[in-house]
Amino acid sequence: MRNSLIVVALLFLSSFLLLPLIAVFTEAFRNGIQTYVQALSDPDAQAAIRLTLIAAGIAVPLNLVFGVCAAWAVTKFEFRGKSLLVSLIDLPFSVSPVIAGLIYVLVFGAQGWLGPWLDAQGIKIIFAIPGIVLATLFVTVPFIARELIPLMQEQGTEHEQAALTLGANGWQTFWHVTLPNIRWGLLYGVLLCNARAMGEFGAVSVVSGHIRGLTNTMPLHVEILYNEYQFSAAFAVASLLAGLALVTLGLKSWLEWRHGESLAATRRY
Amino acid sequence: MTTTLWLPTPAASARRRSRSVIPGFGLTMGFTILYLSLIVLIPLAGVFFKAAGLGWQGLWDVVSSARVLAALKLSFGAALIGAGINAVFGPLVAWVVVRYEFPGKRVLDAIIDLPFALPTAVAGIALTSLYAGNGWIGQYLEPMGIKVAFTPLGVIVACTFIGLPFVVRTLQPVLEDAEKEFEEAAASLGADRWQTITRVILPAILPALLTGFALAFARAVGEYGSIIFIAGNLPMISEIAPLLIIIKLEEFDYGGATAVAATMLVLSFALLLAINLLQAWTRRRHGGRS
Repeated sequence: MRNSLIVVALLFLSSFLLLPLIAVFTEAFRNGIQTYVQALSDPDAQAAIRLTLIAAGIAVPLNLVFGVCAAWAVTKFEFRGKSLLVSLIDLPFSVSPVIAGLIYVLVFGAQGWLGPWLDAQGIKIIFAIPGIVLATLFVTVPFIARELIPLMQEQGTEHEQAALTLGANGWQTFWHVTLPNIRWGLLYGVLLCNARAMGEFGAVSVVSGHIRGLTNTMPLHVEILYNEYQFSAAFAVASLLAGLALVTLGLKSWLEWRHGESLAATRRY
Repeated sequence: MTTTLWLPTPAASARRRSRSVIPGFGLTMGFTILYLSLIVLIPLAGVFFKAAGLGWQGLWDVVSSARVLAALKLSFGAALIGAGINAVFGPLVAWVVVRYEFPGKRVLDAIIDLPFALPTAVAGIALTSLYAGNGWIGQYLEPMGIKVAFTPLGVIVACTFIGLPFVVRTLQPVLEDAEKEFEEAAASLGADRWQTITRVILPAILPALLTGFALAFARAVGEYGSIIFIAGNLPMISEIAPLLIIIKLEEFDYGGATAVAATMLVLSFALLLAINLLQAWTRRRHGGRS
């Protein structure tokens, strides 16, 4: 019984999870290392890598600030409608990424509500970098907040109250008491948020316009190469993203193993 | 979504604030609500505002067209089947990871999160290359007459892939907490293995299983990146609803795109609400037993 269950689980996981991962790297190197390096050093690929770093570089810090603020408000105070607020923070997880892109097209697009006004001001949001950043922000809003909320809930407010009683002001309390308590949880949230921000495809695809070298992120570049039957090049860029996923998983397991007690007790998603 | 809509009245929040010595309520709450409204709530409300502008007749004309209906059916159907497959294999994987010790367990546990960490477009092209006629898996299935890539079956495979961690990760803490003693007691009282599973273990994990199922389903309904490569995207056959939104947007049919989006949102919120209620009911019913 025991062994057969383990075998079934291993078979299921390796065919569904491990094989796709191996396939990415095999396909990437199928035509040799030369093609691989060439695909990555292509100027359009370089531009896509840069744009992905920019989008994540803006979205992750903003959602970090949001996550800390939301967790502080939700866990340090009692107020009516708290569970409604927590559900609203989670909302982007139950919205299709494509709809996340669509909503910004409705607001900022050429036929959108603010479109004509923005056009008159010469500001471009859709089919430009701001739209990509907004779409990335939307899909990654909950990650850091939902890691911090259960963690800070569990830790209570006693440490903060003690610091305040001893004469610390609010900022000092946050920097010297709260932040050290939540730093591993924070890192955990940032890790997951970053993985999603760099890998987001659907939402970004809607608002990007797919302009090579200008509004293509790495996942979009993978799509373009793949649809042009440049499979090796597509998988080469994809292998960078798969590498990012592996690093994320590795760091995540390390955090759970080494600092499990300072992460949220329950692993919720 | 199960919460009543209560906004803090100024008097109530002032009273509560004065009781806490911790500062920063106004600042953090203000920023949280402002940020959430600007990034999520107001733009999302725009979908319903725009959809309302079409009127019932306009909405119905879009949604009742054969192509839209087929796409919605495929998205919701494949997501349900995928979540169903995960509801069978997810508990098995969670059980093996929680209860057994074997070499490579830590790696196995880590790899379960791969669908969260791997960008969907990468998952999409990888699954396609595996299940295509000449792929590692496809070459064995094709002679048996099973075509996965570029058929609705491919959509189900992708939905299963992205949903798996939701089920496993919601079950894991529950299985860790479930006490082995109950199972041993049941066995020593003469229950066979099947009775122990259906009478002792399953009731204890059922609420968590429903949660995991709901999360996997919600994710798969809206999924785009990992599906479009393997689906083949034939209208009426293997075209998913999110892709239809994009096609309508590319034709500058904002109204049509919005109608499909609003329908998807309403349907999946309603289903999630139903599952939440079902879950509350099972918890009440089996609460005393676990």
